[in-house]
Amino acid sequence: MVAKHTRTGLVVLVMFTVITGVIYPVMVTAVAQLTFSHEANGSIIIRDGTAVGSALIGQPFDSPGYFWSRPSATAPFPYNAAASGGSNLSSMNPALVERVHHAVARIRSADTTMHQPVPVDLVTASGSGLDPHISPDAARVQVPRIAREHGISSGLLYALVDHHTERPLFGFFGAPRVNVLLLNLDLDGLRQTGGTR
Amino acid sequence: MTIAGAVQLTAFLLVLLATVRPLGRYMARVYGGERTFLHPLIGPIERLMHRFAGIRPDDEFGWKENAIAMLIFNALGFIVVYVLQRTQGMLPFDPGRFPGVPPDLAFNTAVSFVSNTNWQAYGGETTMSHLTQMLGLTVQNFVSAATGMAVLVLFIRGIARHSAHTLGSFWVDLIRSVLYILLPLSVILSLGLVSQGVVQTFDGTRTIPFLDRVVDAGGADVPSQAIAVGPVASQIAIKQLGTNGGGFFNTNAAHPFENPTPVSNSLELLAILLIPAALCYTFGVMVGDTREGWAILAAMLVIFIPFVVLTAGAEQAGVPSYTGGGVGMQASPGQPGGNMEGKEVRFGIMQSALWATATTAASNGSVNAMHDSFTPMGGFVTLVMMQLGEVVFGGVGSGLYGMLVFVIVAVFVAGLLVGRTPEYLGHKIEPYDMKMASLLILIMPLLVLGGTALGVALEAGRSSITNPGPHGFSQVLYAFTSTGNNNGSAFAGLAANTPFYNVAGGIAMLVSRYWLAIPALALAGSLAAKKRIPASEGTLPTHTALFVSWLVAIVLIVGALNFIPALALGPLVEHLLL
Repeated sequence: MVAKHTRTGLVVLVMFTVITGVIYPVMVTAVAQLTFSHEANGSIIIRDGTAVGSALIGQPFDSPGYFWSRPSATAPFPYNAAASGGSNLSSMNPALVERVHHAVARIRSADTTMHQPVPVDLVTASGSGLDPHISPDAARVQVPRIAREHGISSGLLYALVDHHTERPLFGFFGAPRVNVLLLNLDLDGLRQTGGTR
Repeated sequence: MTIAGAVQLTAFLLVLLATVRPLGRYMARVYGGERTFLHPLIGPIERLMHRFAGIRPDDEFGWKENAIAMLIFNALGFIVVYVLQRTQGMLPFDPGRFPGVPPDLAFNTAVSFVSNTNWQAYGGETTMSHLTQMLGLTVQNFVSAATGMAVLVLFIRGIARHSAHTLGSFWVDLIRSVLYILLPLSVILSLGLVSQGVVQTFDGTRTIPFLDRVVDAGGADVPSQAIAVGPVASQIAIKQLGTNGGGFFNTNAAHPFENPTPVSNSLELLAILLIPAALCYTFGVMVGDTREGWAILAAMLVIFIPFVVLTAGAEQAGVPSYTGGGVGMQASPGQPGGNMEGKEVRFGIMQSALWATATTAASNGSVNAMHDSFTPMGGFVTLVMMQLGEVVFGGVGSGLYGMLVFVIVAVFVAGLLVGRTPEYLGHKIEPYDMKMASLLILIMPLLVLGGTALGVALEAGRSSITNPGPHGFSQVLYAFTSTGNNNGSAFAGLAANTPFYNVAGGIAMLVSRYWLAIPALALAGSLAAKKRIPASEGTLPTHTALFVSWLVAIVLIVGALNFIPALALGPLVEHLLL
């Protein structure tokens, strides 16, 4: 009985290895590459013929002249897309509370005129460490700093944030968000085309 | 919970319920050997497999022979995954040039994927070659799920049959589960996910310069970002559908390439509960009364929904200690608010809370947010959902046979209370049946609590803890709760890739999978052999609201008796300190 079932098991395992381990992923890859080639290859953004990033993978920004992205817990540098990771610090861990307060202090010292509460997503690390988004409010609180830095009118910048705001699906699925890399690429474009006062 | 959150939960449940009947009926036809619309396409492949493997579609084995077949098949799978990992450095399809995996990690991972747990002590994009991911892990995603479904179908036949000495054939049900159910659904889901941006390519990584100046921890400039890609969508589809949960990337479904949009999130979330929910209906069809299936699904939902609301509420309330720094945690149309550490902006609080509850209720274990960084009460829910024994949806197949064992216990206790002979669907419940049911229910807490005690008693266990105070205890409790219930999610801060956790966790996964499947089959064999006793005045109907409430009470009371003390030492005291 054992010998018979071992033989059956071997044959079934080999055939399933071929079907689900080779044919299935190869077939899905072929169809995906034909129908959704941009998405299947990482939603790479091309500007002037060169790849500048992925629309789905965040990049770190903390120069005063850019919209900042969320903190990232990946090692050894933030937004390391070859090794995703979250902080996994617990809510009560002093290291986390200190990091959050430090992030708030940095944001406030970069713009001393800012008095409203800092949106929580801007001072907490995402689960993946690669979150490409911040909330629309987190983008808006940064507008005065960036306007001053480049001498661009804040009205233009608020409009740019609005333009980049993705709403929840049907109004309730998911959360409203702004893609930081796409926003900053357009910000660079705005500066070059003379979006000055 | 916000209004938008409540709408999301309601919409999700309505869509899930709408799928139960059509999919449940389809699966009943597949397991009954009836023709379906996929037979012209898949029938020839099924017949080819039968011919090569020497299987006849009308094979009938008793419970012992089926158990042996199941164990042999899983042992073979273990050997393949283990050897693939150890030798991947010498094998092709390794664009990241990863070396062979060390023995303790390879043992842990092989057990983990064969047992449908998918606990991952490694980061996928930094450890496993494409070959290992495809031939080893993806294949086990299919066949470990199909093993659970096949055991369930054998179990259901035990309930459906009377005066019978066989339950069907493990092989026939295994092959049907993969070919007619898991594979077609995976193809559809993976293409849906690719349309949203989940990557599907055999390329390695792509290097792209950063726009802003970036420095690493040591202060050195980092000019560019290496973006890992791979054949992701095909693996994500089956890991969600098969309650596997093992991600391609380290951060699982929080990674934007595994789960890029709220649409992909909703699809993956639905895929977690799709088959476990529909199998309740399949059960109803197979025992000849669909009300019996709906009753079980109702009991699952009665437990599930309040826990979702509890998690969402706790996470939306945020973390009090942040406020001192002037952090806004109030939800508004412009921001998610709440506790966003370890969560993605595109999902916000509700989709993260709903996922966390669903992935622990079902023994899926994939995560779209880091459970370790949840508030204490959010973490409490994820622990409880697993500690109920993975019977609220649970693993594909294994969750329902676990719940059916609770049904038998509920019938038995009710019988004792009113002084009647306990019976379920025409079977008299006797001492042997109760012994098997008790084994199923009591082995798990022994594993979880024993493992946790060992983990906190030994330096080898304690040294992996990364959070201070009661949360450190919760990390160890979570590790053994997850492996001891074949869930696979983690409080991922725990440094789990150590010989202690790899070996102890591996043993917990082995025991919880097979020491439960074997008594389940024995119970099925015993039930099938009994003569049918006709329903009488004294028969307790098992499809009524009263019985559903009774079943819910039994599940909750057994869970509470086992785990309240441990939970009090971890998340509950942490909540009080918050």
